[in-house]
Amino acid sequence: MSAVLAVADHRRGELRDVSYELLTAGRALADDVGADLHVAVISGTVDDFAAKLDRDGVDAVHTVDYGEEFDHGVYTQTTVQLATELEAQYVLTPNSVNGLDYAPAVASRLDVPIVTDTVALESDGDELRATREMYGGKVETTVSLSGPAVVTIRGAEWPAAEGTGDATIEAFDPDIDEDALGATVTGFEEVAGGDVDISDADVLVSVGRGIDEEENLELIHELADALEATVSSSRPIVDSGWLPKNRQVGQSGKVVTPDVYIAIGISGAVQHVAGMKGSETIVAINTDPNAPIMDIADYAIQDDLFDVVPALTEQFQ
Amino acid sequence: MKILVPVTEVTTVEDEFEIEGTAIADRYLGADLNEWDEYAIEEAVQLQEAGLADEIVTVTIGPDDCEQTIRQALAKGPDRAIRVWDDALADVDLLDVGLKSQILAAVVDAEEPDLVLSGVQSGDDSFGATGVTLADAVGYEWAAVVNHLAHDFDDDTASVRRELEGGVEELTDVELPAVLTIQTGINEPRYASLRGIRQAQRKPLEVQDLADLGIDADGLESALTLEEMAEPESETDVTVWEGDADETAAELADLLREKGVAQ
Repeated sequence: MSAVLAVADHRRGELRDVSYELLTAGRALADDVGADLHVAVISGTVDDFAAKLDRDGVDAVHTVDYGEEFDHGVYTQTTVQLATELEAQYVLTPNSVNGLDYAPAVASRLDVPIVTDTVALESDGDELRATREMYGGKVETTVSLSGPAVVTIRGAEWPAAEGTGDATIEAFDPDIDEDALGATVTGFEEVAGGDVDISDADVLVSVGRGIDEEENLELIHELADALEATVSSSRPIVDSGWLPKNRQVGQSGKVVTPDVYIAIGISGAVQHVAGMKGSETIVAINTDPNAPIMDIADYAIQDDLFDVVPALTEQFQ
Repeated sequence: MKILVPVTEVTTVEDEFEIEGTAIADRYLGADLNEWDEYAIEEAVQLQEAGLADEIVTVTIGPDDCEQTIRQALAKGPDRAIRVWDDALADVDLLDVGLKSQILAAVVDAEEPDLVLSGVQSGDDSFGATGVTLADAVGYEWAAVVNHLAHDFDDDTASVRRELEGGVEELTDVELPAVLTIQTGINEPRYASLRGIRQAQRKPLEVQDLADLGIDADGLESALTLEEMAEPESETDVTVWEGDADETAAELADLLREKGVAQ
């Protein structure tokens, strides 16, 4: 029986949601190739994590009781050893910041290809076909490779695995070369705090790169005032220092679910969409008809924000 | 300290485009310096200005056409550039991270930098895996998605912050030599000055082929094949309001009032 090995993500005592989605993706791939689904959970309270990861479709959970938090050296060495022992055809990890900090090294050491940020997967036993986006989500591509591979999966693309499984849960004792651990985590910091919590807002007026200049933000503030709404933004606005980090919607910022989300000059990169696609009603104002935001919007105005935003503000004055 | 910055010329796509086969038709494509690499270059230049780096070298895999992009990078401050190209690469799909890393690893072996600053990802194919793969291939330490780098390297260690999801940063000490993948927002990339642009024209730009790097061009192939390309299907049934700005703004205002906004 060949194997698919899925390595869970956790942080500060909590399994991340994508870990349960990883089980669904892993089970489907294991079914494609007639393999068992093995799950590894490395560091932290592994017995507790293993009980939670034992969901429908999981054949085995390997617990690795070594350290507390993510250490890419430990994850790399352990995953390589376990994949080798199981003769895993596919190693699956989340396409998270931590996933991208060790999955490429695992592929490199196993001398197999890596395909990242996948949104769909299928295999005929030898050939893997992976769907992923290119050009900031403007196109979807299918890439193929043959033989074993390391694959990272995008969050919120597969449903979370449910139910209670009957996996064998066993400890795996890796042979860690401690001299090779050259990166040490010394702490964590929350950086998106402050007086405004955009995740509490009912209406968000959210601004992106299309605003061009810092002084143009005034248009956005005027609209938000008129609508009694809160101003949020996509990443480039915060990167430029035009708004503080606590206004950023997206993967590295806040996840928001307002009643109305008005995306102004936001293209809708996947990292942004991850933070707002749960909004009840999404309105996009954008000149680009092919911008990915148009694919998730309920209503769209395909026009220049510098014309539409003042006109909208006027409607409420 | 010597810093190597891998610089990628990315393919850009116009708002409206057509797909022909497994590629976007040439007439809709452009080229630009990868956005993430701008931040990596800026970080390297700031380290040099702080007296912590002696030399900054860029390396780019690409044909003649990308020399303009390389000069664009040099205009921001790096001292010299290496461009790797070979006829054998013309027909190879560079989606394969392993293949790109193999080439970059040969350059790292030759240049022996203390620090490699790469972008987190390229804006076109967005694999986000080359930096870490390269680090492992050359036996360097690494850190992915770095949004702060302390400008001192006591004990041959780089103190970085890694930008995790959800507004959390991880503080990590990374032993040198190391590869750091640089996230946007770590600094404010400068615009090249006129003087910088003039100087860039005279900076050394060395072209190397695979034989120069000791890589056997025979049997060089991509493990990944691009099979299909399509425009993604819309996930929602979007209502697009037509008309001039006053008309569309009025439609939106009606919707917002219906939803109880500003009532």
